[in-house]
Amino acid sequence: MKLRSCDCYCQLFFESFRIFAEVSSKMMGLFKFSSILAVFILLDVASALYFHIAEGERKCFIEEIPDDTTVIVNYKVELYDPRSGGFMPSTPGIGMHVEVRDRDDKIVLSRVYSSEGMISFTSTTPGEHVICMYSNSTSWFSGSQLRVHLDIQVGEHAVDYANVAQKDKLTELQLRIRQLLDQVHQITKEQSYQRHREERFRQTSESTNQRVLWWSLLQTGVLVGIGYWQMRHLKSFFEAKKLV
Amino acid sequence: MFVTPVIFTIFASLINGILSKSVELTFELPDSAVECFYQEIEKNTSAALEYQVITGGQYDVDVKIEAPNKQILYQQQKMQYDSHQFTAQQTGVYKVCFSNEFSTFSHKLVYMEFNVGPEKPLPGIGEHATVLTQLETSAEEIHSALNRIIDHQTHHRLREAQSRKRAEDLNERVFWWSLGETFAIMCVALAQVMILKNFFSDRPTLYNRK
Repeated sequence: MKLRSCDCYCQLFFESFRIFAEVSSKMMGLFKFSSILAVFILLDVASALYFHIAEGERKCFIEEIPDDTTVIVNYKVELYDPRSGGFMPSTPGIGMHVEVRDRDDKIVLSRVYSSEGMISFTSTTPGEHVICMYSNSTSWFSGSQLRVHLDIQVGEHAVDYANVAQKDKLTELQLRIRQLLDQVHQITKEQSYQRHREERFRQTSESTNQRVLWWSLLQTGVLVGIGYWQMRHLKSFFEAKKLV
Repeated sequence: MFVTPVIFTIFASLINGILSKSVELTFELPDSAVECFYQEIEKNTSAALEYQVITGGQYDVDVKIEAPNKQILYQQQKMQYDSHQFTAQQTGVYKVCFSNEFSTFSHKLVYMEFNVGPEKPLPGIGEHATVLTQLETSAEEIHSALNRIIDHQTHHRLREAQSRKRAEDLNERVFWWSLGETFAIMCVALAQVMILKNFFSDRPTLYNRK
């Protein structure tokens, strides 16, 4: 049902644009491309994956990314409306607190955003980045349910090629090559990060190996030592008791 | 005209934005919790779900995909990783649920990728009527090959993450177990001596009372 309304919206959008263009094509040139793009992004997030959280509940997502990688998070929050039994499309009172932490638990980003928005950040250290979202709970809304539309795009997926083509005046082929380059860069970054992680993995395994080895040696020593002590102690005990 | 291609591009990308969606999420699944995600899918659009438990417990999770008419399209119990592809029979909201209800104390980390529809084409490509040149065809091929590489890389990254977490777990366990074991051996050794001595002592004790 929501999809249909969205479709209608698109058609309306298109139709109105056409009429607008027919009436004054000169005016259209003045119309900022970026604002059209902004509308497109907002419309886009409404068709994204969504989930439900309770008011004030914290929801975290983990992105394991190499360094120097851009992550774009698009979200939209809708509040459950008990009167209509549906979700209100826009709720001005609700804000979302977004927090991004890197591997060392250092805060990369921590801000309160409105009920709808786009967050982007670029990683400086490789590793697990935790993106947490929670609504700024107000006493009026507490206990009610929120529907969160979420779209997280990482690396090359985060690039808006329509924008790039427009800005750099690229031909189709140039744009395609640009995309290929971006992909290759991402693969390279991922691979170098993979090497780091493999190193960590190897270190852990070697540490386990060392521990097992030393522990077994130590344990043998402990066993021999204790056995010897037991025998000596009991022998002296029996001798003192005159049992042997 | 300058305006028409711009509008067309926007319109095309708008439609594509609705038709094709790909999202990758890694989320925490607390003990005895259910996490559901919803996605609108249009009729006859193919969708693919891929998931893997990265860490926690026995690395397993219950997964269910439900169609808008409550029909269960896919259901698996205690799976470590899997993927499932289906074509939407009707337009509506599809529900994907990950459940950790069977587990009372293990907290899990689950990765999932949900792809809906074909990949969003680049703006401008596929709009011209002429046949693709050889260069364009090869670029297209390289693009799909790179996409496959990225997919494989993701797969390996996850398997590596899983193994690494397991190895870290093992390392920790070895450490604590060895400490415990050493302590246990010492206790047993002392106790053995004490009990043995008690057998032969003159005073009546718990062990040699007649």
